[in-house]
Amino acid sequence: MFWQMEQETLKRAKLEALQLKRLKQTLKRVYDNVPFYQKAFTRCKVKPVSLKSVKDIEKFPFTTREDLQANYPDGLLACGREDIVRLHTSSGTTGKPKAVFFTKADLDNSANLIARCLVATGCTKHDVLQNMMSYGLFTGGLVMHYGAEKLGMLIIPSAVGNTDRQIMLMQDFGTTTLHLTPSYALYLASHFEAKGINPAKDLKLKRAFMGAEPYTEETRLKLESSMGIEVFNSYGLTEMNGPGVAFECTEKNGMHIWEDNFIVEIVDPATGKQLPDGEYGELVLTTINREGMPIIRYRTRDITAIDPVRCACGRTHVRIKRIHGRADDMFIIRGVNIYPQQIEQVLMSVNGVGKNYQIVLESSEDMTIKVEFAKGYFDGNLDNLNTLRGTLLDRLKAAILVRPKVELAEPGTLPVSEGKSKRVIDNRKVY
Amino acid sequence: MRVKQISIFLENKKGRLLEALKALGREKINIRALSIADTLDFGILRLIVADPDKAKLVLEQSNFTVKENDVIAIAVKDQPGGLADVLSTLSNAGINVEYIYAFADKQENDAVVVLRTEDIDEGIKVLKKANVHMLSAKDIYSL
Ligand SMILES: [Zn+2]
Repeated sequence: MFWQMEQETLKRAKLEALQLKRLKQTLKRVYDNVPFYQKAFTRCKVKPVSLKSVKDIEKFPFTTREDLQANYPDGLLACGREDIVRLHTSSGTTGKPKAVFFTKADLDNSANLIARCLVATGCTKHDVLQNMMSYGLFTGGLVMHYGAEKLGMLIIPSAVGNTDRQIMLMQDFGTTTLHLTPSYALYLASHFEAKGINPAKDLKLKRAFMGAEPYTEETRLKLESSMGIEVFNSYGLTEMNGPGVAFECTEKNGMHIWEDNFIVEIVDPATGKQLPDGEYGELVLTTINREGMPIIRYRTRDITAIDPVRCACGRTHVRIKRIHGRADDMFIIRGVNIYPQQIEQVLMSVNGVGKNYQIVLESSEDMTIKVEFAKGYFDGNLDNLNTLRGTLLDRLKAAILVRPKVELAEPGTLPVSEGKSKRVIDNRKVY
Repeated sequence: MRVKQISIFLENKKGRLLEALKALGREKINIRALSIADTLDFGILRLIVADPDKAKLVLEQSNFTVKENDVIAIAVKDQPGGLADVLSTLSNAGINVEYIYAFADKQENDAVVVLRTEDIDEGIKVLKKANVHMLSAKDIYSL
């Protein structure tokens, strides 16, 4: 099933021709209308006409998040303010927010891209979507909302929090599809358990879209089996519309990126040089079908790789692998770069580990990983607990090259934050 | 011949042990025997109590992680070598003892030894054959 079959299954040659045409238009649009890009192109000694093939995009300058912040609020607009109908922002941990603007056509287009994603996971107008994302400046709520509306689903705009009410809505309105963050999904799963609800039996849930935070394959499998649903990875970022930039199809083997709307590159994060397909590096995206605020070669800071193999679903657009890490989540212990995802991956792959954990950074030398053992794992045997801890220590050392402290905690004793997860507690002194 | 034992996970927080004992005290559950196995970070409190099912419920209601499992209780004569004989009987039969603890029987002047073998049924069988005096749940709970 497709939403826009022709575009989604376009032959590669045709798709690439379309990309070239749209990329040329986009470069011209920003060069003519956005002083920031005009200066940046001039600095790199390129003009829109320098581009002969899509590959030539490499000659053009990157746009960074700092560029977006520096041009806050509306320095990157490529059209008049009167043509803008919506804005979203994304707040960074430091500095100014990043603002993104949409014209009517941009909103319509982003809704279509979301509808493509939803249909690719098997959604139809008969499905009921509970959109458990924050509504407002954050794109996760509204952008998904309008995409699902385009498809004709019944949408419950429940937003985040109030878990008891969320469950009541699922029960009363027969929710089939959830859109939520992985940390909230984990919280929801433990809440079901605590309330004695078996979602597979008591609810009509079929699937969940999980994005906005990185999570591992093990977490996905755990949630799929505990809730009796299929979990689809989704990837998005505010700068590129929000959700629905890349989405899994029913093959669940990598996320399709809509190449008629984005040019996808993977670059070496240190040198900025393009990397061949299959190699992990930083994802760089260029919007080629946007009026209000096109962005050229945006450094997403997300680490992934392109899988160029044609997908069995029939869509011709490339897939990217699960996001491997986010440059900003990285922390350094004993001089080693560590991503929290590496730790989560280890924890979730060990039998007997429960749902919650915490990474406490004590100093530049030490960190403690507090991890709950699974409910029902405790059998009164001290050796089993010691073995579990030993296994965790060994596997963590192998994965992150640093030996952390591991503390076992009882199920349900570690804090779970609703919404964005706060798994890393940084107690390091900053000098 | 199986006797129920309660095992409680103790996080290395001061006062957790006391909390567990207080919770049982409030419900007037008598503790017959107690043992603590611990590491640097956490420990396991093992209890033989008069009403194990109720004890488990009470502790779980106080948010403890609790497991009820079976152990073997034997009466060992208060004389040299009494326990060693029992242990070598098990060892000769290839039966692994996971842990062991003891308490005194106030009435009989015997030591009551609680032990957990990897395979409880096999342990009971071997001890029975060797004529070791095992105590029933009823014996233990009414001590
Ligand atoms: Zn596919």
